[in-house]
Amino acid sequence: MSVSQHDLALAQVQPRIARPRIATRAKGPVVLGALGILGFLLTWELFSRLGPVDPHYLPPPSLVLPQFFTNFTYTDFWVAIAQTMRAWAIGLTVAVASAVVVGVVIGSSDFLRRATHSTIEFLRPIPAVALIPVAALLYGPELQAELLIIVYACFWLVLVQVLYGVADVDNVARDTALVMQMNFLQRVRHLVFPTLLPYLMTGVRLAAVVALILAVGVELIVGTPGLGQKVALAQINDANVQMYSLILASGVLGMAVNGVMTVIERKSLFWHESVRGGKS
Amino acid sequence: MNALKSLLHFVVLPVLLIALWWFTTRDGANFFVPQPGPLVDAFVEVWLGEGFRNDVVPSVARLFAALAISIALGISLGVLIGSVEWVRSLLSPMLEFVRAVPSTIIIPVLLLVIGINDTMKVTLIVLGCIWPVLLNTVKGVASIDGVQVDTGRVYGLSGLVRLRYLVLPAAAPQIFAGIRQSLAVGLVLMVTSEMFASTDGIGYATINFQNRIAIPEMWSGIVLLGLIGVAMSVLFQIVQSRVLGWYVGLKESAK
Repeated sequence: MSVSQHDLALAQVQPRIARPRIATRAKGPVVLGALGILGFLLTWELFSRLGPVDPHYLPPPSLVLPQFFTNFTYTDFWVAIAQTMRAWAIGLTVAVASAVVVGVVIGSSDFLRRATHSTIEFLRPIPAVALIPVAALLYGPELQAELLIIVYACFWLVLVQVLYGVADVDNVARDTALVMQMNFLQRVRHLVFPTLLPYLMTGVRLAAVVALILAVGVELIVGTPGLGQKVALAQINDANVQMYSLILASGVLGMAVNGVMTVIERKSLFWHESVRGGKS
Repeated sequence: MNALKSLLHFVVLPVLLIALWWFTTRDGANFFVPQPGPLVDAFVEVWLGEGFRNDVVPSVARLFAALAISIALGISLGVLIGSVEWVRSLLSPMLEFVRAVPSTIIIPVLLLVIGINDTMKVTLIVLGCIWPVLLNTVKGVASIDGVQVDTGRVYGLSGLVRLRYLVLPAAAPQIFAGIRQSLAVGLVLMVTSEMFASTDGIGYATINFQNRIAIPEMWSGIVLLGLIGVAMSVLFQIVQSRVLGWYVGLKESAK
């Protein structure tokens, strides 16, 4: 089986049917895409000015966009972004590192894999937000509360991908490694790691998005400082224009995270056939 | 013998973990961690009586309604957007942006525009869940194998027949990957919306117990949410193996 067939949670059931598409003049999609965004803003503006919703509750983009750009000049806006991203970065790093270690150890042993299967399948679907009360009780509105939730959610996401990856090691390669009498570390480095990496990167990319959603969610509910808390404050203070501008900012942040993770994935897998575009 | 072995593999670790939990909390040393016995008592008392009608039913009903809407809407819009190239180019950047907004942050907005009621929660869950289904459908529909498309054309498939026998089956694996993501997101949003602003629901009840420092009751809510998560995951796998059985079989034989 080709390793290029990995993506998302359905790692083992994922088609990748590459069909060379004839590029309809490179500019076309960009112009159309820009038109789409303009159209959305126009609809929003009209909806807000003429629509059924009170413009106080749904301010038009002509008010929200200037506020969005003004925010860039405020220090506390950047501080809030930094706080959210700090929780995101620490949580993601801890989750990925621990999931890789645990995943490689469990995945390398048939016995451990079978013995832990039921437990992992039970713990994994538990929504991390269910733990928000525990985090709030243990830590209050502190960074640790956010980390607890982020690490819990991302750990399982990455762990499952790592397990898929370790299971996908080619049998011939495995036997070759045996014949060459590689020890555990050598096998991890030369055999498991290259097979694992595409799966791992998929897991990390998904976890990065989830971590941001949860960081903001915890800030919203528990009141840990960050972007989510600022939105909640804006809502309480009836500063609706500000609230919408912060939500726009969170969207930009989300896109940035997604973009950066995609670039990292492509760079780290430059040797892999799914990136090189070769057919398996 | 083999069946016994796999049964052992299935139960040994969970049993060990529960035993460890019971053993470490037997003198009730840690205030934050309840003992298994009281936790089970709290679970039965809180969720199987009044709480079932007042909190569990509304929560689950909202979740399922929202998921049904998201899946139906996501697939139909996705097929539409995926089949027409200029519509796809027009909407893709927009959709990518809306999807990138962390869905939890929309809660205050909906609170404002709609208020604290069922519509707000269902809308929120739909707004969060529709994207994985929609975007995966678009991707799946846009990348149908060229040979299949041509074969369909030769056979003169068009309209609903083409949709039923060519487009949907070809996109199904992608769509299911999307639905699976949606289920997880839906549960997260259900809980978050109830914790942030609600008058009923499992999330509301659980955060309420936390505020009243009712530790075993709070944990019982978490256990319930976990059980719902597990149940949804099992249900999904059953449906998937029914609908996608042919595909998994195909993959196995291609190995």
